[in-house]
Amino acid sequence: MRAALSVDWTLCDARGLCAEMLPEVIEADEWGYPLLRNNGTVPFELEKQARATVELCPLLALRLSVPAEVPAQRR
Amino acid sequence: MSAAADLPTAAGAPDPLLLPRLMQVGPDAGADLRAHLGRHGRLSLDMARERLLAEVARSGLTGRGGAGFPAARKLAAVAERSGGRAVVVGNGAEGEPASGKDHVLLSSAPHLVLDGLAVAAYAVRARTAYLYVLDDRGALAVLRAALAQRARAGMDRVTVQLVTAPTAFLSGEESAVVSALSGRPALPYSTPPRVFERGVGGRPTLVHNVETLAQLGLLARWGAEWFAAIGDPEQPGSRLYTVWDGPRARVVEAASGSTARELLAAIGGRPEQVQALLVGGYHGSWLPVAALDAPLSDPALRRYGASAGAGVLLALPHGVCGLREAARVSAYLSAESAQQCGPCLNGLPLIADGMRRLAAPGRAEGVRRRVEHWAGLVEGRGACKHPDGSVRFVRSALQVFGPELDLHARGRCSASTAEPMLPCDVEPATARGRG
Ligand SMILES: Cc1cc2nc3c(=O)[nH]c(=O)nc-3n(C[C@H](O)[C@H](O)[C@H](O)COP(=O)(O)O)c2cc1C
Ligand code: SF4
Ligand code: SF4
Repeated sequence: MRAALSVDWTLCDARGLCAEMLPEVIEADEWGYPLLRNNGTVPFELEKQARATVELCPLLALRLSVPAEVPAQRR
Repeated sequence: MSAAADLPTAAGAPDPLLLPRLMQVGPDAGADLRAHLGRHGRLSLDMARERLLAEVARSGLTGRGGAGFPAARKLAAVAERSGGRAVVVGNGAEGEPASGKDHVLLSSAPHLVLDGLAVAAYAVRARTAYLYVLDDRGALAVLRAALAQRARAGMDRVTVQLVTAPTAFLSGEESAVVSALSGRPALPYSTPPRVFERGVGGRPTLVHNVETLAQLGLLARWGAEWFAAIGDPEQPGSRLYTVWDGPRARVVEAASGSTARELLAAIGGRPEQVQALLVGGYHGSWLPVAALDAPLSDPALRRYGASAGAGVLLALPHGVCGLREAARVSAYLSAESAQQCGPCLNGLPLIADGMRRLAAPGRAEGVRRRVEHWAGLVEGRGACKHPDGSVRFVRSALQVFGPELDLHARGRCSASTAEPMLPCDVEPATARGRG
């Protein structure tokens, strides 16, 4: 399965760095918070760049993972 | 909270719609251990765990806390990770101001809930059990007495710890529950790991709504066939509905998939007075009056893009402005945000403010469009599902009260009263010093 980016919204502080680093996947919203295109799915050729972005987020709010099947969350 | 504080049970009324499965005749017939055992018999947990789990799977029992997730799958997910150290939690936080069913259940049938907690603890080999309950409505005293009775009778292998849930819309969200039980503020956190993987004390944790547990207490005694003999075949059994006929509410136990018309009739309401329906509470959906005959189960409501949630049905009568009510609830939902996640903390107040403007008759150029824009920005962008639920509520309000929006744009309003109706207190979050 394709790797995908996700955000820990409790940590992210809208510094906007990630949108600059990885504009193909991340765009900043009107407040500066990341908007993930295509549910954060990272094209294969951008995986390295995505990993670098994760490491550069000053608040460690980004995560790159291969999504697993889990019971659905409510609502 | 107070509006739902003394919801009487409708059980015992002669209407065939009302089932005496969970609900007993008389207000505290099930609160006494002798009466409880006389009615249901002793719970014996000598069935092999695999058989118990298979029985739950066959029954089709789904969670009654809102998501409607199959109980058997969650039990299995915790059981396979347990290693004999899992934690089970009965969730009686009932943060939803329009819901009263958990309080009524805990007060009138505490032993059934505690039986269910024992069944769950047995099924997942838990060593620790919590019952997490809202204090405001007074169920804690009943539960303390019930636990003392059971201790004297030597009934429970796993001791149940009673924990008070703070009064807040979010305090019953499962990660908030785990936070509270871990000694932190009762606020959601970012997942994964989900609580069934790593919850209280880092251990696999099963969080079930107290009604789900009570159903489990019956299911373990009477089996899957009995359980599934009534209700929507795709989501069988009975369930508790909190039914509002305007400002008046009662808790009703009925077959899953009963219609709004049937439930209203059961509490003496008048379906012909209904302007619109709110299904699933403040994270639920407004539906047009044509939905009066739709079965209130998740599978049947799917075609309306709605779900039964935790069983709240609210009938808004003619003469009350739906937009004004929706705006009040939007303000409440915004105030109840845990203020931890940017989009939720920035977007919900803007949405609430837009709704306030739309609720007042007069021109509001572009406001609806902006509300819809912000709705799109908060959806799916939080540690918990609060933004998603809030957006569902707001979008469905704008759709169902579309004609009212047009009236307001022309400076008019269909309402004949300005009296607020839906139960919600719009100041609490700041008053409690959160955020
Ligand atoms: C904002 C929010 C509030 C919630 N509040 C409650 C609650 O008060 N009581 C409850 O049982 N579940 C509540 N839930 C659902 C829980 O997260 C969880 O799904 C549920 O307790 C699981 O029990 P069940 O499988 O028996 O339904 C809430 C969920 C969200 C997103
Ligand atoms: S770099 Fe990190 S903190 Fe900054 S916007 Fe992106 S996720 Fe948020
Ligand atoms: S999404 Fe909103 S309510 Fe949920 S944790 Fe984040 S800030 Fe709190």
